[in-house]
Amino acid sequence: MEPIRSHTIAVLVDNEAGVLARVIGLFSGRGYNIDSLTVAKVEDSRNLSRITVVTSGTEMVIEQIKAQLDRLVPVHKVQDLTIDGPSLERELALVKVVSTGEKRVEALRLADAFRARVLDSTAQSFVFELTGATSKIDAFIDLMRGLGLAELSRTGVVAIQRGAGSL
Amino acid sequence: MSQNVMTGAEMVLKALVDQGVDTVFGYPGGAVLPIYDALYQQEDIKHVLVRQEGGAAHAAEGYARSTGKVGVLLVTSGPGATNAVTGLTDALMDSIPLVCLTGQVPTHLIGNDAFQEADTVGITRPCTKHNWLVKDIKDLPRILHEAFYVARSGRPGPVVVDLPKDIQLTTGVYTPPANVQHKSYRPQVKGDLNKIRQAVDMIAAAKKPIFYTGGGVVNSGPQASQLLRELVRMTGYPITSTLMGLGAYPASDKQWLGMLGMHGTFEANHAMHDCDLMVCVGARFDDRITGRVNAFSPNSKKIHIDIDPSSINKNVRVDLPIIGDCGHVLEDMIKVWKSKQLRPDRAALEAWWQQIDEWRARDCLRYRPSNEIIKPQYAIQRLHALTKGPNTYITTEVGQHQMWAAQFIGFEEPNRWMTSGGLGTMGYGLPAAIGVQMAHPDALVVDVAGEASIMMNIQELATAIQYRLPVKIFILNNQYMGMVRQWQELLHGNRYSESYMHALPDFVKLAEAFGAVGLRCDKPDALDDTINEMVSIKRPVLVDCMVDQKENCFPMVPSGAAHNEMILGPEDEAHRDISAEGMALV
Repeated sequence: MEPIRSHTIAVLVDNEAGVLARVIGLFSGRGYNIDSLTVAKVEDSRNLSRITVVTSGTEMVIEQIKAQLDRLVPVHKVQDLTIDGPSLERELALVKVVSTGEKRVEALRLADAFRARVLDSTAQSFVFELTGATSKIDAFIDLMRGLGLAELSRTGVVAIQRGAGSL
Repeated sequence: MSQNVMTGAEMVLKALVDQGVDTVFGYPGGAVLPIYDALYQQEDIKHVLVRQEGGAAHAAEGYARSTGKVGVLLVTSGPGATNAVTGLTDALMDSIPLVCLTGQVPTHLIGNDAFQEADTVGITRPCTKHNWLVKDIKDLPRILHEAFYVARSGRPGPVVVDLPKDIQLTTGVYTPPANVQHKSYRPQVKGDLNKIRQAVDMIAAAKKPIFYTGGGVVNSGPQASQLLRELVRMTGYPITSTLMGLGAYPASDKQWLGMLGMHGTFEANHAMHDCDLMVCVGARFDDRITGRVNAFSPNSKKIHIDIDPSSINKNVRVDLPIIGDCGHVLEDMIKVWKSKQLRPDRAALEAWWQQIDEWRARDCLRYRPSNEIIKPQYAIQRLHALTKGPNTYITTEVGQHQMWAAQFIGFEEPNRWMTSGGLGTMGYGLPAAIGVQMAHPDALVVDVAGEASIMMNIQELATAIQYRLPVKIFILNNQYMGMVRQWQELLHGNRYSESYMHALPDFVKLAEAFGAVGLRCDKPDALDDTINEMVSIKRPVLVDCMVDQKENCFPMVPSGAAHNEMILGPEDEAHRDISAEGMALV
């Protein structure tokens, strides 16, 4: 069996109705995985959006995914950031922790160690904002579980190639 | 300027004319009435009223496949659009260029569950190459021209333009098609020359080569078929083709091995299995072709020419992919072959042909003839013998009769064979024949059918009558869904669950009720006369040909088996066990 690997793929698309449905429909219709997906408009002048999708599969499946994405009519470019040289991946999380006493103090101490910002606080709760690689966010969340983790909102991965090259 | 100011409905017709459309297949309804009204007031475009929107889609497919042009259908919102979905999916699977215009409820009602509202772009997104919902009259001319561009460019396919009724009634400015590059969709048509050189070297060096070609050659246009013939003859190599590719290479040629795949010939499948070089031109290694993938042609190098990059390495890993239009790539290959003055390895080729001739000698399409009962294979052989010619077009439904037609009708030219390959849509053949006949009024168009399939779109006989289209329906009537029964025999202990056709109509009377001619034949010695009579009548004719009920379609690569594990006939069948994995395959 070929090994299954995670790939981060950036897709530049026309910002038009239904384009996200096309991409998601492609993944569900052909049985590909979506581990994370983010989308936002990135170019006003050409009306383009950028989709970042983290997916996993064998080399043959990843090759298929890219070819299938590329043949969608509103897709301008597809880039495999995992293969095309070093890239940066970041995610943002909003983490609500509800606790009192020692646990509350410990949560705040750890947040400081992770360089999370306190966006909101009440006598019983904090909302932390944390940016970083997925692994860092996962680690922070794991620590918060024992300290009153109440709610979690994550953006999913956004990624970009290092250096001067661009999509 | 003022002559370019018109309603959306008029723009639709203007765009069709500017795109070279002469025929539209359709069915009116509330949400397309403005377009039908505009249609009524012009003479450039012929409209063919089908009897169900599914028929419009298949008729447009038949029109497109037999002409190389884009087929157009026009249907209403809601059920009009959903009825067309099967035909759209069929066209997507077989890469047939279609533009489907659907009416839609007015924009302010979209999302309100209005009468005859359906989310047409949502429903058709996975079964089209692309689709558009027009929300502003300013976008309409651009979208219409873009629709034709997308449908016919690259790997062809169906597109949908969903037209809300208020847009059809709004006035705007029409712009004619312009030669502007599409902003994102620009398929590569020229192949990489370095790869082409490499491919030609591999072809020249091969000892046991085979050309395996598909519908891509037909889609590329008649020129591609000519180039294929030139290259194949220059090399002297054997050639086989998929169901979709029949006709690109003449069946009468000595280098032709017949169709390959599940019901392909023994020699084609064995040559595929044993070859050392496979040159795949415009085919996609689908499961009907490969059999068990891990046993597929284990010792060959594979070259794959395809215009669609997503076809490469999808099912089978290839050694040298060339992205491009078959016609362009074949042309470059021939140039390179000539400029390098290459010669095939004569000795190796002779040994290879000797091996192939041994496989041929198995005479895999033989069947037990009969004087009492019409063998379906014999019926097709006689049909072919008595109707062959460059002006004969064959369509089929889906099932045993389709495979027999593919095996026994020798096609000499492309675009003469219309069949539902990828989707396997029963009910395709009659409407497709209507589409073909509209495009070729003087041609002989025969729908080779089964008694089960024909019932799926029999209503289209009324269309043939209305437009005086002399299509012929040749039913191989075995009173079973033959292919279903064949699989039940092979896999399910002869338990014929729901595959017997109870309560069949009297097809002769049925034809007569529609205003067509019905003929029945149940004796081998009356067959020729019946076929000749069918051909001589310049009206729609239905032939109810009663054939051997028990005959099955061979040879066969059973599901889950390899190319060299074919079943040659009923005697062979008993000794083959199908694996559990094979049982699960379709």
